[in-house]
Amino acid sequence: MATLDSKIPEGHLFEKWSNYKAHQKLVNPANKRKLDVIVVGSGLAGASAAASLGELGFNVKCFCYQDSPRRAHSIAAQGGINAAKNYQNDGDSVYRLFYDTIKGGDYRAREANVYRLAEVSNNIIDQCVAQGVPFARDYGGLLANRSFGGAQVSRTFYAKGQTGQQLLLGAYSALSRQIGKGTVKMYTRTEMMDIVIVDGKCRGIVTRNLITGEIEAHFGHAVILATGGYGNVFFLSTNAMGSNGSAAWKAYKKGAYFANPCYVQIHPTCIPVHGEFQSKLTLMSESLRNDGRIWAPKKEEDAQAIREGKKKASDIPEEDRDFYLERRYPAFGNLVPRDVASRAAKERCDHGFGVENGGAVFLDFKYAIERLGKDVVEARYGNLFQMYEKITNDNPYETPMKIYPAIHYTMGGIWVDYELQTTIPGLFAAGEANFSDHGANRLGASALMQGLADGYFVIPYTVQNYLADELHTPRMDTNSGEFAKVKADVQAHIDELMNIKGTESVDSIHKRLGHIMWEHVGMGRTKEGLQEGIKQIQELRAEFWKNVRIPGNANELNVELEKANRVADFLELGELIARDALHREESCGGHFREEYQTEEGEALRQDDKFAYVGAWEYKGKDVEPELHKEELKFEFVELKQRNYK
Amino acid sequence: MEVQNLDLTLKVWRQKGPKEQGHFETYSLKGISPNSSFLEMMDVLNEQLINEGKEPVAFDHDCREGICGMCSMYINGEAHGPDDHVTTCQLHMRKFKNGDTITVEPWRSAGFPVIKDLIVDRSAYDKIMQAGGFVSVNTGGVPDGNAIPIPKPDADEAMDAASCIGCGACVATCKNGSAMLFVSAKVSQLALLPQGKVEAARRAKAMVAKMDELGFGNCTNTGACEAQCPKGVSITNIARLNREFLCAKFQD
Repeated sequence: MATLDSKIPEGHLFEKWSNYKAHQKLVNPANKRKLDVIVVGSGLAGASAAASLGELGFNVKCFCYQDSPRRAHSIAAQGGINAAKNYQNDGDSVYRLFYDTIKGGDYRAREANVYRLAEVSNNIIDQCVAQGVPFARDYGGLLANRSFGGAQVSRTFYAKGQTGQQLLLGAYSALSRQIGKGTVKMYTRTEMMDIVIVDGKCRGIVTRNLITGEIEAHFGHAVILATGGYGNVFFLSTNAMGSNGSAAWKAYKKGAYFANPCYVQIHPTCIPVHGEFQSKLTLMSESLRNDGRIWAPKKEEDAQAIREGKKKASDIPEEDRDFYLERRYPAFGNLVPRDVASRAAKERCDHGFGVENGGAVFLDFKYAIERLGKDVVEARYGNLFQMYEKITNDNPYETPMKIYPAIHYTMGGIWVDYELQTTIPGLFAAGEANFSDHGANRLGASALMQGLADGYFVIPYTVQNYLADELHTPRMDTNSGEFAKVKADVQAHIDELMNIKGTESVDSIHKRLGHIMWEHVGMGRTKEGLQEGIKQIQELRAEFWKNVRIPGNANELNVELEKANRVADFLELGELIARDALHREESCGGHFREEYQTEEGEALRQDDKFAYVGAWEYKGKDVEPELHKEELKFEFVELKQRNYK
Repeated sequence: MEVQNLDLTLKVWRQKGPKEQGHFETYSLKGISPNSSFLEMMDVLNEQLINEGKEPVAFDHDCREGICGMCSMYINGEAHGPDDHVTTCQLHMRKFKNGDTITVEPWRSAGFPVIKDLIVDRSAYDKIMQAGGFVSVNTGGVPDGNAIPIPKPDADEAMDAASCIGCGACVATCKNGSAMLFVSAKVSQLALLPQGKVEAARRAKAMVAKMDELGFGNCTNTGACEAQCPKGVSITNIARLNREFLCAKFQD
């Protein structure tokens, strides 16, 4: 059993990262090109890590399942990226960003990691500006900021409502430059199927070429997983259709611990579900809460009349509108953190005040347009309004948007130490794929920050520290030994899937898994519900392996096979989420156990029992996984109940 | 609010592989909600095909919110279909009428060979980017983000050019199969910003040379690309690219 040594450097919080960098091992330039690094994923974390390692001179191979690294789902992030620049002179600092992140995460993140994140946040902005990322600017030519949830300062940098796109294209341009120079070799339309461990260290991966179906093995002195989150276990989410948890799950099954899987973020402002054929949910950026006001009808009969089409939002007079976030949380108002805003929306809808099919509340720009004028609102949010109108056929300049919470991001992920190394030596995890920085709830505009912090400014240091001891490891033959064995295992797995030849499509099983997850492992969890959820997931998993239907062949482009492979993993991962949620008898951040709430319905933590990271170890098929605990020590922040009132 | 569901006839391009002959297959679909997206309609078709024991239609898609640039269907003779300023995934079935026949094809262009059914190979775009679509800075050692003020109109214009999603609709639409709108968007974005000006000439030459090498056609200013661009990238960018390119050539 590996022990959970988080390897936090000595010294005061403010000095830990400097101390680490001062004492880490380096690799000299001539030796760097002798060392191979594999990066799986080409989103913010993967592209920035691959580019930065390539610039340093390492021999990098980067993999993505899409047709181009520019498609990774980081591209869809809308609102912005946080940094502690304090350009607004509004009292921000590295410490405050650190503190807000720890508090926003409901005191379930590691102090040292979060402080480092806040510390390097400023470098990220500088880096992106240098790459030509067209951040929004004021008339003086300097960078503009806006506010996001869980903060009382304006520290969010943005590029219209397409910040993720611009940051990803920046990282993609850096990656492209290295591909052009030959330091990075890019493998597109290639999916990682498993990792290869030789003598206890991760030495490579096995992949499937999604065009030809060919199974290939690749050697690396180190492997970095930057493969994003597992939100699609819920079927409907704001994730891209191809986003999946398989790389992380394969690593878990090879011995990497999986931490805090139950911490799933439900984003409060998504476009509500329209029907049974819906394939995904679209987010409306949190930045809209800067100027939009969220409300539900005060009277149940008004809500009902709206649901039946007898009344419109504009028919509800001012005094009959319940601005419930402003009412409940006067200090933060519409800008409370996501978990708080989501639960508050659910609370209103559960009590019969929802509109649409009962599953929506209003996000209203009438007041902003009155205050600022339509032009200003359009300049700030034009593309989001256009997106909303295309999907719903409603014009948000005239009628309020209808919104409802949806699965958005997963704070849980592969357990990593301070160096972002997993419990398997030589295997690292970066970005959303790891669990490290957001605790039980991520603040808005912090995902982009973490992805780029890991890729540009952490991985290049910590991976180098690991590689310094690998100079004498020769490149391995990928046609024999453990590589050949893993390839054969992967082939057997694919053959097994292809040979089921059942009658049910992958999507229909995935949809049913989504229903179980949302019903029993969603926004409000109970002991009985979770137990029922686990039972239903197990039954569905058995059904999948008996009855899934995958047309076509494995040795060609086969989308159904790709999906089946991912859903097979979701059917196991879903159970681990439920198990983790069941064991964590407290409410914190995105994890809300109905048994544990204050009289006012706020999340009630049990710090004496659960102030730890729950890291699960795989013990074999149909065997219960083993829980390991990394106690969280709060030396610099005092644990409090979060208060946004 | 009751809305009438749609019964449709689909003529979809099926092609087993890059070297195989392709052909249209006709399918009928019933009861499609007008609130569905076009790709959700395709999901329903595929579910139907799988249930009949047939192979589903392969098509590229990912984010389904109009930003990743992966979806790429030529619908009733238009890249991304009949709506303005949307990608295929944002096109909704309310744009069609009950009883319509809808023709769905892949992007057709020398630069984008078909891989299977509606999926094409757009790796040429990546190669053009690798030739020069970047500012040559390494990670670290860069000045403070506010060290160089950039006039707001320049930053805004750069942002407009940068909004290109690399979907390839411009190439698919252009009768010459030209990639000029794509290339010019990146050249413009970086030429408008002081960070990118330093190597603007080199970039324009390298990207244009790569574009020519990869078999894309010439621009004859028909403006079709701008009209079909889901992000409204303007052809004034092409004028800027031509300027940058000429200046670069004069410097030679």
